[in-house]
Amino acid sequence: MSSTESTDNGSVEQDRALNLKLRIWRQDGPHAEGSFLDVDADQIPTDASFLEMLDMVNERLIEDDIEPITFPHDCREGICGTCGVMINGQAHGPERATATCQLHMRKFRDGDQIVIEPWRAAAFPVLKDLMVDRRAFDRIIEAGGYISAPTGTPQDANEIPVPKEVADTAMDAAACIGCGACVAACPNSAAQLFTSAKLAHLNVLPQGQPERWRRTEAMVETMEDYFGSCTNHGECHEACPKEISLDFIAFMNRDYIKSKSKNRSLASQ
Amino acid sequence: MLDARIPDGPIAEKWDNHKFSVKLVNPANKRKFDIIVVGTGLAGASAAASLAELGYNVKAFTFHDSPRRAHSIAAQGGINAAKNYRNDGDSVYRLFYDTVKGGDYRSREANVYRLAQVSVDIIDQCAAQGVPFAREYGGLLANRSFGGAQVSRTFYARGQTGQQLLLGAYQALAAQVRAGKVTLYNRSDMLDVVIKDGHACGIVTRDLLTGEVHAHSAHAVVLATGGYGNVYYLSTNAMACNVTAAWRAHRKGALFANPCYTQIHPTCIPVSDEFQSKLTLMSESLRNDGRIWVPRQLDDARSAADIPESERYYYLEEKYPSFGNLVPRDVASRNAKTVVDEGRGVGPLKNGVYLDFAAAIARDGVEAVRERYGNLFDMYERITGEDPYSLPMRIYPATHYTMGGLWVDYNLMTTVPGLYCLGEANFSDHGANRLGASALMQGLADGYFVLPYTIGDHLAPKLGDAPVPTTDPVFAEALAEVDRRTRSWTQVKGTRSVEHYHRELGKIVWEYCGMARNKTGLEKALSEIPALREEFRKNVKVLGSPDGVNQQLEKVNRVDDFMEFAELKVRDALHRAESCGGHFREESQTPEGEALRDDENFSYVAAWEWRGPDADPVLHKEHLNFENVQLTQRSYK
Repeated sequence: MSSTESTDNGSVEQDRALNLKLRIWRQDGPHAEGSFLDVDADQIPTDASFLEMLDMVNERLIEDDIEPITFPHDCREGICGTCGVMINGQAHGPERATATCQLHMRKFRDGDQIVIEPWRAAAFPVLKDLMVDRRAFDRIIEAGGYISAPTGTPQDANEIPVPKEVADTAMDAAACIGCGACVAACPNSAAQLFTSAKLAHLNVLPQGQPERWRRTEAMVETMEDYFGSCTNHGECHEACPKEISLDFIAFMNRDYIKSKSKNRSLASQ
Repeated sequence: MLDARIPDGPIAEKWDNHKFSVKLVNPANKRKFDIIVVGTGLAGASAAASLAELGYNVKAFTFHDSPRRAHSIAAQGGINAAKNYRNDGDSVYRLFYDTVKGGDYRSREANVYRLAQVSVDIIDQCAAQGVPFAREYGGLLANRSFGGAQVSRTFYARGQTGQQLLLGAYQALAAQVRAGKVTLYNRSDMLDVVIKDGHACGIVTRDLLTGEVHAHSAHAVVLATGGYGNVYYLSTNAMACNVTAAWRAHRKGALFANPCYTQIHPTCIPVSDEFQSKLTLMSESLRNDGRIWVPRQLDDARSAADIPESERYYYLEEKYPSFGNLVPRDVASRNAKTVVDEGRGVGPLKNGVYLDFAAAIARDGVEAVRERYGNLFDMYERITGEDPYSLPMRIYPATHYTMGGLWVDYNLMTTVPGLYCLGEANFSDHGANRLGASALMQGLADGYFVLPYTIGDHLAPKLGDAPVPTTDPVFAEALAEVDRRTRSWTQVKGTRSVEHYHRELGKIVWEYCGMARNKTGLEKALSEIPALREEFRKNVKVLGSPDGVNQQLEKVNRVDDFMEFAELKVRDALHRAESCGGHFREESQTPEGEALRDDENFSYVAAWEWRGPDADPVLHKEHLNFENVQLTQRSYK
């Protein structure tokens, strides 16, 4: 994961700065025409994060009385899932398993041209510049991405033993941050990786069994209302900052087929 | 003026007695009440979901695109609960006692006891929701010891406990959205609380996509809007965290308690350049195996590997032989500042201390260390470009959590009737210092298990009353003012960016009201902040239109509120001439340099009342009575 730019011997890096040529997508609103803005980003420290680089560019734009670029961001720790842009055609940029906010400029070289675009997907309309609307993800969760356990006093937590490997698998799936890179990277703008991650998290757990089949059918069909179809390219996994496994998509497909009979009335199954 | 409404009786019976004595709203009548919940982090999402499940009509507001983005998601370490699953002597009473002591005896006993009581229910609730807590091979829940606790009471989901708990609450909320009991308003920024006849009756929000302002009315308003750590500009908070909702409520009559209390977390990655806008926390669990040191020699330019063992100063181990590297957060942070100020700092900017895993790797092997901390080491390498397996990490304290907040009574109601405050945004449970793994516990306690009971007491007498209509003049006035204020920023046409002024404010607050404070410095800050605020209001440059997405405009309102809040914070720090927990007044220390409390004069909650922009705030005191916990000087030697 280290590039030629990073030091391997651990000595303190000398102050180094990059001069970059940026092409950034600008678009006023969902129905406006967009276009690229070419802007030089000079003297960017290699220790800066990608978003700090954009902060610096914005400060310079403001100085020149140009409206700064709108880009989504919040925690800057790679966990909230707010940030995410296409960097030279790659969702979240060149570093594996890394959200945009955790990408650092030492991964680039002096003189690089960097093309920065919003997620491109029909289900994620551009709101402004690099910011898109991902509410379709919330609709999928609302369709069934939960276990109905109204607040109260359920049984003691240790009364439902969960085998460690089941808990670990659930956690692997639940690590999804909902950033949408999977959709952006997919040639079909499919949301199978996102949907299957939540579905698998809940469906493998004993607590998730009572609603398993109803959940599966509702989430998959809501997903299909908004997103394209999966054709097994695997680009979603490659782009995923949390390396969510493609196995969960296979798991979802199996559960979806089963749900079609399981959701019939008991007598007719 | 300040009636905390603490129930009578022995501490272990107060909450049960209170639940019996508060008024109830009949199940069939709950649908006749509307409740606004602002903020959808742990406290807000859990409250909104629980209230909706009870049958109330809930309107939930977040400025994010989705509730799942709230900064609760970034909590790493875990959540405490007095389950005593490890059979190591934990109990509700011990968790209560540890929390009061850890808070340096500046919290309210009754609230803390209740927190410890409901902690066990939180784990049950979250497990039932499918939160993937770590498990043992037998399928039972795993625990770890955290932040120097003497028992293993922390539950966790890898290094992403906050994420999993928030997603659990978010999913519960999503189910209620689907059921039609919660109306979710995303990208809606709350910019004012509306009061009629002394009661909270609604809020004003700005739609961050269109710039339109909207009025919303309800029978009660709940704020769960997080802490004020970003007053320092650099902190581990997310970029959008702000004090605006609490501050606007304060200006409308809610007292603000203990704003000087801030937790500075000891294990963050040091600042690397002047453009940095955000600091990253490394989980405190690293201190279980990492050894903290600096070179003995001042201004030592050698790399870590070239400094022999005898010339390394393991200052925590030397000063605190029994707790060593596991001293509480405030003590660890202050000691790091001391050695860096002395000129022993490490790294290119000499602004950090080493956190060294060489001993742990030699003892347990690199694989064992990777198993425990692999994710954190990867994150560190990604940010710094340095490999912590071969080089010691560099760390330095950063603002992380704020213990102060809106004053609330035992029911979590502020001094404005009908206005409630939950989670980090209130002041109630952590005193002057918060223990590790207790923030998640408090947020969920407030939202799942306290507010749903206590809010009935306010609502029951209002049965049959319609909410104040949004056509009422109080709403029209508030709408007009919010719109005017927001639009006015684009007319200033100054020369410096919002970011510039936020950074300048942060420098002042960090310098004079950070890890160590003294009278001279605080007085200096009290003269510098108003001057900066005035310049900011005359000279800030906000480009673009107020009628659409405008991130600068979102931020300028928040920075404006921080400018006013910072002054109150400094004023509170100046008035509290003792040291306690995260508030260290240099004038008040033991001969060994530890925080020295003054229980005789400062055993109270300082709750400040807003008297207008040109008047000094008025101090109200809630005296703290300790009937169960013996006050002692904390010692970690």
